[in-house]
Amino acid sequence: MHELGITRNIVNIVTEQAHGAKVTDVTVEIGKLSAIMPDAVRFCFDVVSQGTSLEGASLHIREIPGQASCHTCGITFPLEELYDSCPCGSRNITRLSGEELNIKDMVIV
Amino acid sequence: MRPTMTNIATGQTIPLAAQETPEHSHAHPHDHEHRSHSQADHEDHHHEKKTVLLEQAILSKNDRLAERNRGWLAERHILALNLVSSPGSGKTTLLEKTIADLQKEFPVSVIEGDQATLHDAERLRRTGCAVVQINTGAGCHLEADMVARGLESLQPSTQSVVMIENVGNLVCPALFDLGEQARVVILSVTEGEDKPLKYPHMFQSAHLVLINKIDLLPYLSFDIDQCLRYVNMVNTSAQVLQISAQTGEGLSAWYRWIQQHRSIGPDGKGL
Repeated sequence: MHELGITRNIVNIVTEQAHGAKVTDVTVEIGKLSAIMPDAVRFCFDVVSQGTSLEGASLHIREIPGQASCHTCGITFPLEELYDSCPCGSRNITRLSGEELNIKDMVIV
Repeated sequence: MRPTMTNIATGQTIPLAAQETPEHSHAHPHDHEHRSHSQADHEDHHHEKKTVLLEQAILSKNDRLAERNRGWLAERHILALNLVSSPGSGKTTLLEKTIADLQKEFPVSVIEGDQATLHDAERLRRTGCAVVQINTGAGCHLEADMVARGLESLQPSTQSVVMIENVGNLVCPALFDLGEQARVVILSVTEGEDKPLKYPHMFQSAHLVLINKIDLLPYLSFDIDQCLRYVNMVNTSAQVLQISAQTGEGLSAWYRWIQQHRSIGPDGKGL
């Protein structure tokens, strides 16, 4: 359940940045290859945010699909698994996205 | 359950203030809303919403603390290894053997992570090395701040080796940098050869993969060549060594690997 630790980090960072203001919305980016389950984060968020300025806030999760570029044939292709190779068979690839774990923004009142 | 740290030499256990959610002792935000309602002039700005860009990595705090650990270790020319595996892969047996064999050459100390009990730390203590046990409680992995506290308590000597035995788990520890110089994944042959594909994050982040319990291979259907192919699919740069902590087979190659990493030094320069 590392989603609990991840969610605590989200709540801590947002609480610090909000300086006591009431937070109504938080947007985070979670890459589909990051091994973090968005549903588990949503579940933890309600629990972890209780008693903080984030209590009752809506959590928006943008899931970022995996993408890689191939150094052999030059195409950009979707990456379903961390260890996928390019459709051309090459494994000489660079991952472009899918591993994000970022807090994008918050809405305060 | 809260994380705790026990220094096995002194027997002292202290709570680790794990990343708590800060509580707000100052005015509750609702007061503000009530006030604005009761005000005759109904100032609009009280209800204005404002979007604040944060653009911050969720694990930025852990990453910063890990970098601090890395600097602390580099200054002292200490080699720190993060040992990760599933429960029961033989990490503690491997450490017992490694410490017994190497501690005459250089000091080795251990930060031992488990959800509960002091069993492993007590086992390792019998080898004569310095050990701190971190019990993570509900947590399923060690984090950089726990390691910082462990180092503070251990005070490892310069040019020594610190073994960080992470909580037995092939998922969560992959995400958390501890400030180690290298990550070592231990996979025992009783676990099945497809673990690298099932837990790609862990194997991808490894510098070294130790395939342990190879003395049991005659009794199992474990396909070691297939396992090596799977490791290579996930991580082309990791070195792989086949060992048995029980019989000692292959351990000399593991010791050479440690010696090489000691001489490289945490900052890439010789010690």
